[in-house]
Amino acid sequence: MRYSAFRLFTEALRGNRGWQPAWRDAAPRRAYDAVIVGGGGHGLATAYYLAKVHGLRDIAVLEKGWIGGGNIGRNTTIIRSNYLLPGNTPFYEWSLKLWEGLEQDINYNAMVSQRGVLNLHHNDAQRDANVRRGNAMRLQGVDAELLDAQDVRRMLPFLDFDNARFPIRGGLLQPRGGTVRHDAVAWGYARAADRLGVDIIQNCEVTGFRIQGGAVTGVETTRGPIAARKVGLACAGNSSRVAALAGLKLPIESHVLQAFVTEGLKPLIPGVITFGAGHFYISQSDKGGLVFGGDIDGYNSYAQRGNLATVEDVCEGGMALMPMIGRARLLRSWGGIMDMSMDGSPIIDHTPVEGLYLNAGWCYGGFKATPGSGWCFAHLMARDEHHPVATAYRLDRFAAGRVIDEKGQGPHPNRH
Amino acid sequence: MRIHCPHCGPRGHDEFVHHGDAAPRRPQADAPDAAFHDYVYLRDNPAGPYRELWFHAAGCHSWLVVERDTRTHEIRSVTFARGDA
Amino acid sequence: MSARLPSGGLIDRTRTLRFSFDGRRHEGFAGDTLAAALLADGVRLVGRSFKYHRPRGVLTAGPEEPNALVELRSGARREPNTRATVVELYDGLEAQSQNRWPSLRFDLLALNGLFSPLLGAGFYYKTFMWPSAFWEKVYEPLIRRAAGLGSLSTAPDPDHYEKATAFCDLLVVGSGPAGLMAALVAARSGARVILAEQDCLFGGRCLSERIVLGDGSAHRWVQSVVAELAATPGVRLLPRTTVVGTYDHGAYTAVERVNDHVAAPPPFEPRQRLWRIVAKRAVLAAGALERPLVFGDNDLPGVMLASAVSTYINRYAVRPGERAVLYADNDHAWATVADLRAAGAEIVAIVDPRPDARARAAVVARDAPLLTGVVRRALGGRSLQGVEVVGADGHVHRLDCDLLAMSGGWAPTLHLTSHLGAKPRWDAERSMFLPEQLPPWLLVAGAAGGELTTAAALSTGIRIAEGSLQSLGIAPRGVTPPVAGEEADAWTPLWRAPSGRGKRFIDFQNDVTTADLELAHREGFGASEHAKRYTTLGMATDQGKTSALNGLATLAAFTGKSIGEVGTTTYRPPYTPVAIGALAGHHRGPDFRPTRLTPSHEWAREQGAVFIESGAWLRAQYFPRAGETDWLPPVIREVQAVRSTVGLCDVSTLGKIELKGPDALRFIERLYANGWQTLAVGRARYGVMLREDGRVMDDGTVARLGEQHWFMTTTTANAVAVYQHMQHCHQVLWPELDVQFTSVTEQWAQFAVAGPRSRELLRRILASGEDLSNDAFPYMAAQAVTLTDGLRGRLFRLSFSGELAYEIAVPARHGDAVIRRLAAAGEDLGVVPYGIEALGVMRIEKGHVAGNELTGRTSAQQLGLGRMLSTQKDYIGARLARLPALDDPADTQLVGVRPVDVKTRLMSGAHFLPLAAPTTFEHEQGYVTSVAYSPSLGHWIALGLLKNGRHRHGERLRAVDLLRSQETEVEICEPVFIDPQGARLRG
Repeated sequence: MRYSAFRLFTEALRGNRGWQPAWRDAAPRRAYDAVIVGGGGHGLATAYYLAKVHGLRDIAVLEKGWIGGGNIGRNTTIIRSNYLLPGNTPFYEWSLKLWEGLEQDINYNAMVSQRGVLNLHHNDAQRDANVRRGNAMRLQGVDAELLDAQDVRRMLPFLDFDNARFPIRGGLLQPRGGTVRHDAVAWGYARAADRLGVDIIQNCEVTGFRIQGGAVTGVETTRGPIAARKVGLACAGNSSRVAALAGLKLPIESHVLQAFVTEGLKPLIPGVITFGAGHFYISQSDKGGLVFGGDIDGYNSYAQRGNLATVEDVCEGGMALMPMIGRARLLRSWGGIMDMSMDGSPIIDHTPVEGLYLNAGWCYGGFKATPGSGWCFAHLMARDEHHPVATAYRLDRFAAGRVIDEKGQGPHPNRH
Repeated sequence: MRIHCPHCGPRGHDEFVHHGDAAPRRPQADAPDAAFHDYVYLRDNPAGPYRELWFHAAGCHSWLVVERDTRTHEIRSVTFARGDA
Repeated sequence: MSARLPSGGLIDRTRTLRFSFDGRRHEGFAGDTLAAALLADGVRLVGRSFKYHRPRGVLTAGPEEPNALVELRSGARREPNTRATVVELYDGLEAQSQNRWPSLRFDLLALNGLFSPLLGAGFYYKTFMWPSAFWEKVYEPLIRRAAGLGSLSTAPDPDHYEKATAFCDLLVVGSGPAGLMAALVAARSGARVILAEQDCLFGGRCLSERIVLGDGSAHRWVQSVVAELAATPGVRLLPRTTVVGTYDHGAYTAVERVNDHVAAPPPFEPRQRLWRIVAKRAVLAAGALERPLVFGDNDLPGVMLASAVSTYINRYAVRPGERAVLYADNDHAWATVADLRAAGAEIVAIVDPRPDARARAAVVARDAPLLTGVVRRALGGRSLQGVEVVGADGHVHRLDCDLLAMSGGWAPTLHLTSHLGAKPRWDAERSMFLPEQLPPWLLVAGAAGGELTTAAALSTGIRIAEGSLQSLGIAPRGVTPPVAGEEADAWTPLWRAPSGRGKRFIDFQNDVTTADLELAHREGFGASEHAKRYTTLGMATDQGKTSALNGLATLAAFTGKSIGEVGTTTYRPPYTPVAIGALAGHHRGPDFRPTRLTPSHEWAREQGAVFIESGAWLRAQYFPRAGETDWLPPVIREVQAVRSTVGLCDVSTLGKIELKGPDALRFIERLYANGWQTLAVGRARYGVMLREDGRVMDDGTVARLGEQHWFMTTTTANAVAVYQHMQHCHQVLWPELDVQFTSVTEQWAQFAVAGPRSRELLRRILASGEDLSNDAFPYMAAQAVTLTDGLRGRLFRLSFSGELAYEIAVPARHGDAVIRRLAAAGEDLGVVPYGIEALGVMRIEKGHVAGNELTGRTSAQQLGLGRMLSTQKDYIGARLARLPALDDPADTQLVGVRPVDVKTRLMSGAHFLPLAAPTTFEHEQGYVTSVAYSPSLGHWIALGLLKNGRHRHGERLRAVDLLRSQETEVEICEPVFIDPQGARLRG
C-alpha cells in the first residue's frame, strides 16, 4: 500500500477501514540467509538496504521487545555531518545525503527538516577549532558557514549576549543539518523492509550464538533457534552483552544519556543550537516541544534512566544560553543506553567469528548515522568488504593506535 | 545516587568522578603489546554487579572501589581503592 | 450569571480579587483557583484543543487538567500552558486563552474538525512528501504554526529561583488522611519529617468532600493535625510543594511554588524553590485520580469529573451547573449527587451502567430518574446542552442538562513509585494498577496504594509509618485514627465506550480518540508503546494522567487482551511539568559557572586590562592604553616591551602540585615520559606526560626543591585532570610508593618577569643576599628566595617567552602586594604588564605547543617531542606511544608557517593544500593551528600540523580558509621563529 495524499483522501472516504499494517508481525522461520540482531533504526535500515541495494530477500530482524523501542526513540532527533576528523566526515555526509532522499525512497514522511545546526563558540581557541572543522567540511563538499557574534544575534536574538558568563563570539552553521521525527524512522524502515520481504520479528530475544569451527551458523532465541550464515549485531546500548554471548569483549561501555522535552509552545527556535560552553543542545519539534539534552550521566548503566544532577546541569546550560526558557516547563525526560566506545567513534566491522558482523559503539551520535550505518553495514555483510566511507570504523584501530577521537579525550568513554 | 564514602560518609554522586571498571590491572612493563591493548581498551561492561572506580573529587580525593549493579544502580559496597588487591 | 453559592467553601469572601481573562474583567475571592473563579462567573469555554481546536471547558480541579490551559501573566512573566485548575487567584491576575485564532469563541482552525477523517493518527507520516523541497518551505511552517500550545516570551525570565537540600527520616508525599496520619505518627515518634503537599492547603480529599471524621468535619480535623505537626520540632511542612521525581537511593526532587500565588515575587524572594530531599524512608500518599468515561463528544464544556464537581461546590462554593446528570460506574461518585443537591442544582438523572447497582442507587436518586445504561453522546455546540443515554433495554433517552458529572472510578497516583523503572502491576480484581517491586525505602499508603476509603487511608497511613520507623530503629508512638463514616465504594468499571456518533476522546488535549487507537491497532501499532508514539496518546502536558488508563483499556478491547496484558505506562520524572528555571536555580548569566580570579586581578583591572574567559578563569587578555582602540596595537607593544626591556604576567592559573617523599622521584619517573634521575636539587626541567594510550596528556615543568621535595606545574586547562590522574596513579596503580602530593594552585601567586631587564628588576625586590647572577642562578634554576621585606617565595628561571625570564611565586595572599611592588620597582625600567595575547604571540614565536596543539589527539612525536620519550623506564603511555601509528610520516607533524608575501595575514583553521592541486580534501595536507602577528619579525607567523612536516621545511603550500574566503601562499619552516639557539634565555 503506497502512502500519498490521494490515498489518505480515498481511505478517509471509506472510514479509514482500508489501511493495512505497516509491517507484518512475522513469526520466526527456521533459517534465513541473514539475521540482524536488533530492531532499532540501524538494524531495520541494514535489513532494508540489504534487501534493496544488495538484493537479499531472506532476511530476519530480531527484536527483543518492540521495534524502535531503544535509542531510535530515545534521542534528540538531530541530524548533521559537521565532523572534524577525516574518518568521520565522509560517513556522516553520506548519511545526511541518504536522509535527504529518505522519505521518497521509503515512502514514509519522517519529517526530515533541514533547518540548520549551529555550534556556538565562546573564545578564540573554540573558534579556531570550528574554523578548522568547517574548512575540513567544505573541502569535502559539506556545507558550512562561519558566523560572527552579530550574525548569531540576527539569527537568534533571544540568546544571552549581554550578560553571559561565556559570551557568544560566533558559531559554525551547517544549514543542511536539522531534525527528523525519530520514531517515524524506525517505522518507515520497517515498513519499507517488510515490503521487500524482510521478516520483522518482535519479542524475540537472542540468547546465544551457534558457532562451529569459528564460524557462526545461527542464533538461539527466546522463540527457538534460527539458522543463518550471516549474523549482524545492531543492538547499540547492549552491544557488549550480546557480543559476550559470542565470546567477544568490546572496547565499549554502556552509559545513560538523558533527553528532555518541554510542553508544546508556539514556534520559537528555528533550528538546532549547540551551546559549546555549557553541554547543552536544543531544537523545537514540529509539535512545539523544545527538545534538549546535554552530557551523559557519566557512569555505566543499563537502567534507561538518569539522575538529577545531570538534569540540573543541562537546565543550567539552557538558562545560561537562553534565559527566556525559565518559564517553559520540562514535561518529560527519558534515558537511553549508549554504546560509549573508547574513542567516541563507532565500529562497523567483521568480528573474529566468521559470518558475525558488528555495528556498535555509536556513543550519542547514532541517530543521525541511521541511514549511513544501515547502508554501510549492509555493504559489509553483503560483500564482506568495508564501504569506502566507513573504512575507518574498524575494530582493530585501537590496537593499531589509529583511533578516531573527535574530542581528544583518550580511552575514557564517559568523557567523549 | 548516594555513595557512602568510607572517609566522608554518604554523599551525592555528583561529588564523585566516575572512572570505570576496577578489574583491569596495568600490565608489567615487559608484558606483550596485546596485554596493554586489552588493559587500555577492552571492558567487560556487564549488565549486573560491577566493580568500578570513583574519585571523590569534591571530597577527600580518595579513589574508591564501588560495587554497584548497573541495572538497578544499587550499591553493595564501597571501599578504598588503595587497599584493593 | 453568577454560579457562586451564597455560603460555604474554603474561600475568604471578605477579600475580593479582580482578574481578567482574555481582556474581560472578572472578580473572585481569595482561596479561589482561576478555574473556580471563572466557573463562578459563568465562564465555561476556557480553551481549545491541540489538533481540532475543539471548544473545551474545565474537566478537573487539579494538576491533571488537560483542557483549561491558559497563558498566565504577561510580558516577560508570561507562562504558557498553565493549568487554570491549580492557579491560585491573586489580585490583578491576567490570563489569556491560547492556541486559537482569532478568538476563543470563534476559532478558524476549528475547521480542522471537519477534516478529521483525513487527520487521523499518524496522517502526516503518509503525505507531505512531494516535492521534497516543500517540506521545509511549505508544509512544515504551516504545521509548526498550527501546532504548539501557548507562546513563550522571548525576554529573559525576570524571576529568581533557588535550590535547597534537606535530609529527613520520613518524607510524606501528600497530606490527605493517609499522609497526615503518617506524618503525625513520625512526628510524635521524634523522627525528622518532611510533609510535602502540592496544594496551598493541607488536607487532600478532606478539602473537597464532605467527610465526617470523629465528631466533626474532616476539615476541622485536618486543621488540628496540621497545628500539631507545625508545633513539633523536626517537622518541616511544605505546602505548594510537588514532589516531582524519585531518584536513586532515596533522593527526591520537589518544587515549592514560593511566589506563584502573587503577581510577582517580593524583592529578594524566589519565584520557586527546588528541593533536593534525601529521605531514609518515604511514604507516597498522593491519592488517586478519577478516570473520565469515554462517549461521543465527551469533551464538551460542561462535562466534568464528578470529583471536580464536588470540589468546586465544597471547596470553592461554586455550582458548576444548574441541571446535572451523574454518569458513574461506582458508588463513590454518588456523593457528588448530594453535593449538587446541597448546592441547589437539579439532578436530571443518574446514569449507571451497572445493573446490580440499581437498588443501592435508588436511595441516592430519590426523585431523580435512575437509568441503567450508558451515555452515548454529549450534545451541544460550545457547551453541554444534553446527553443521549442508551438504556439497558436499548431505549435511547435524551436528557437536557448543562452539567455531566462523570466518574470511571479511581486510578492510584503511583508515578513516583515507577520513576526508578519498576512497572506497576495490573490488579484485575480491583481494576487498578498498583505499585510493584518497591524498594524497601519507598512505601505507599491510602488511595495511592488502592485503599479508596477514608477509614482505610487513615489506618494504612499509620501502619506504613509505623513500619518505616521501626525499620529505622525509631520506636513509633501510637496514634489513634478518628472514626470515619461508612463509604460506599462498590465499583464495576465500564471500559468499553458505546458506539455511535461523535468523537470519543481518550486524550483530551492531544485530541486522541478511540478511532485513532483503532486505526493504530489496524496499522500494527497496537502495542501500548507503539500506540502512544503513533497517536501521541499521553504525550500532552497532563502526561496522560486522565488518558493512560482509558487508552490501555481501549487497546485491550481491540486486541482482545486484558489491560494488564496490553501493558503499563512507564512513568518518568517529572510528575508534573517543572519550570526549567527552577531546575537551573541561580546558575544563569554571569553566575552560570563560578569565575576564578587571579591574585593580580584587581591590579590588572586598575591597569585597564581587557579580560577574557580562560576555562574557569578570567585572565588579562591585554592592557590597552589611551588611543589603543583595537586589540593588536597593545599586544604588539607588550611583546616589544618584553623583548626589549621587561614585562609582568600573572601565570598563577597554571596547575601547581607539590610532592614530597622518598618515592617522589620514582613516582615522577612513572608519570612523565622523559627522565628525571639527573635533575639536581635547585633545578627545573620541562616534562611531557602521556595518557596510557600513548598520546600527549599535558606538559609543564618540574622543579626539584629538595632531595625528596618536588614542585610541578600543569597547563591551566588540564590542572584538575592531571591532579586526578596522579591520584589515580598513586592510589590505584602504585599504592606502594611512599609519596604525598597536593594541589597548591590556589596557594601560590606566580608571576612571569620576562625580558632582558628582568634580572635587574627582580634584584630590586629580592633580599640583598640573593644572587641572581648567571652562574649562581642559571637558566632552569629553581629555589626558595626571600624578598626585601622578608617574605619567603620561590624563584624559577623559566622562560615561555624565550627571553631572560623568571617566574616568582609568593603565597597567594601576597600576590597583589608583590605585583604592585614589581610594577613600582620597574617603573624606570619601563616595565609593562602583558596579557595572555602577548604571551601567546611569544610562545608561537618560540614554537612552544599549547592548547591548539595539545588537543589530546596529538602524539609527542607529532609535536616534535619524540626525543623526550625515554626508552630506559616504564611510564604511563610508554608502551602504546611506540605504536608506529603515533609516529607515522603520513600523519601530521608540527611545523612553522610564514606567509610568502609578508603583508598577508594567516588564518588559524586554514588547511594546507599543494600550490597546484585542486581544492579538495584528497589533497589536504594538514592545517594551521595557531597564528600570531610577530612584532619581532614584522609579519604574521603560525604553527601548523602538516603531513610529514618535519621533512618539508622550505616547501611552499596554500593555506586555504574557505569559510572566510581567504587563501595565502605560505612557506613551511622550522617551528621556531626567534633565537633558535636560545642565547637570550640563557643570557
